[in-house]
Amino acid sequence: MATLGPSAFSPYPVAVYESVLNPPPGKALLINEIVDEEIAMREAAKAMLTRPNPTIFPGPQVLYAWNEEAKEKAKLVRKMAEVLNAKIIPMYDYRPKYPKINPAVEINPNHPNLTIWHNKIKACIFVGVHCHYANVALKIIRAETDCFTIAMCGMAGHEDAMITLRDQHVEEMEKFIKIAEEVKRELGK
Amino acid sequence: MQTITEAVIYNRAGQRIVSPDYLLFEAPRTKHFMTGSEAVKEAVKRASVDASVSYPITPQSEAAHLIGELWVEGYVGVYFRGESEFGVMSEIAGCALAGARTITTTSGPGTLRAFENFPMWAGTRIPVQLVLMARGVNSPLSIQPDNLEVGFLLDTGCMIWYAENAQDLFDMILAGFVVAEQPDVHVPVITVVDGFFVSHTREAIMLPPDDIALPPYNPYKAPMPVIDAEVPPGRFLRDPFVMKSNYISYATHASWQWEVRSAIERSRPYAKRYLRGLIEEFGDPTADLVFVACGTAAAQAKEAVRLLEDEGIKSRVVKLKTIRPFPVEELKQAVKGAKYIFVPEFNVVGWLEREVRRYLYGYSDAEVIGAPRVAGGMTMPAEVIVREVLNLTGKEVKHVI
Repeated sequence: MATLGPSAFSPYPVAVYESVLNPPPGKALLINEIVDEEIAMREAAKAMLTRPNPTIFPGPQVLYAWNEEAKEKAKLVRKMAEVLNAKIIPMYDYRPKYPKINPAVEINPNHPNLTIWHNKIKACIFVGVHCHYANVALKIIRAETDCFTIAMCGMAGHEDAMITLRDQHVEEMEKFIKIAEEVKRELGK
Repeated sequence: MQTITEAVIYNRAGQRIVSPDYLLFEAPRTKHFMTGSEAVKEAVKRASVDASVSYPITPQSEAAHLIGELWVEGYVGVYFRGESEFGVMSEIAGCALAGARTITTTSGPGTLRAFENFPMWAGTRIPVQLVLMARGVNSPLSIQPDNLEVGFLLDTGCMIWYAENAQDLFDMILAGFVVAEQPDVHVPVITVVDGFFVSHTREAIMLPPDDIALPPYNPYKAPMPVIDAEVPPGRFLRDPFVMKSNYISYATHASWQWEVRSAIERSRPYAKRYLRGLIEEFGDPTADLVFVACGTAAAQAKEAVRLLEDEGIKSRVVKLKTIRPFPVEELKQAVKGAKYIFVPEFNVVGWLEREVRRYLYGYSDAEVIGAPRVAGGMTMPAEVIVREVLNLTGKEVKHVI
């Protein structure tokens, strides 16, 4: 929880006000350090393989077949879940829902903490979520839960996640799966 | 022998698409003599703009009218007149939510009439551009520069850039689209100039050729889905969180607002690159008397530096190119060693002085002096600035005001 600086006015920590910015192209963000992508991928796989109830939250950009890349990515998300022994809970749209969503089967960017609390998720991957909604959700998760967040972003990344992988497309996702398989073997999982 | 084939892409007007770097920094430029309003037209002409909406009521400038001419000539995709300034800014939002690169202009009271839209623009993460020709919002009305309205806009969640002259304005409009449309930024940009001085007067300006243009906007990189049949416009506006007074609505609202402000912070590295820094320094770098200013106040402060040199007084100017994001670190570095910081402004409230004090609090021992301040209906002669300095130093005021 932020206690200093402008973000202290909010119950939500805001990474940029703590001088954490997105990594440059070709690099990744690990907590507040800029590191090589492989290092961050390895740490992400380790978090998913060692923390309770790991879950992948796929968003509309990979849930719906709106282009060929989305179809490919969707298959890779499923493969990733198998390798990481993770559940898949979709963020299928962004509408606020009242009184609340069903946290057992979906996650919503406006109250993502409900899903994480309900399923006792301690590590998660955001993939295919539009950047604004990922950022809104990640700030809330960081403040309200002890879940380790990993953002797999097709654009510039999400500094509010604990691990940010940027420019993630089919090739990078395949690379991550390969690294995850290696880590899994090393951990004897 | 290997043959390299380069794909050449053209926009709707038949202009060749070039990279932002080429258009802004590398393309050959030729000298022209034109008003600030005409500079707006020339920038829009090279910006592959999809849509523009105008409301021609005030004598703010002819910029919106000139964008209409571009539509006739085929450079702008859609152009129409709004029902009011509020209507214009709402319609601008609609165009942008549908995935169009969009620009409009306004000024003075029209800005206030449209005001509700500006935080809405930021909250909906649309990268629209507003060219604001600041000219005062009070009665009696004025078309002379007065930038009080910029003080009102500071916390709307929009980026605010401030051009000193027509050249700055031309370059900022093009750079504005490039920075605002970055996927991790994607908030509106308000490019401000002082009305009348810049909008209505002619000056020399260097322009790249008009047969090249920015790459078109790609809405599929937007941080929110664009509207279509399945994603109704502003669904989150229709089901507003504020209507539900519970913890969930609070969580979203707080995080959402911080996200918009985070987006402005993320614009810093892009703005630094495309504006060639967030500040510009002028004068003797060893001087302990510093003017911190933006817009034409910075231009006049530069003249004051020259006049003060005649008086044997060393001084310098720190021109702020961006107000949101505020160039905090750059300003702290630039005023190191300063004893006196003057903040000349075109308004009576001193919003820039407040900003300077806020960000330098605890970092500078310099005395901050919010003077001179002039308002609509009056220019800011360099001699007025000089007089403030001479009054401070106890020197005789020789220059006739």
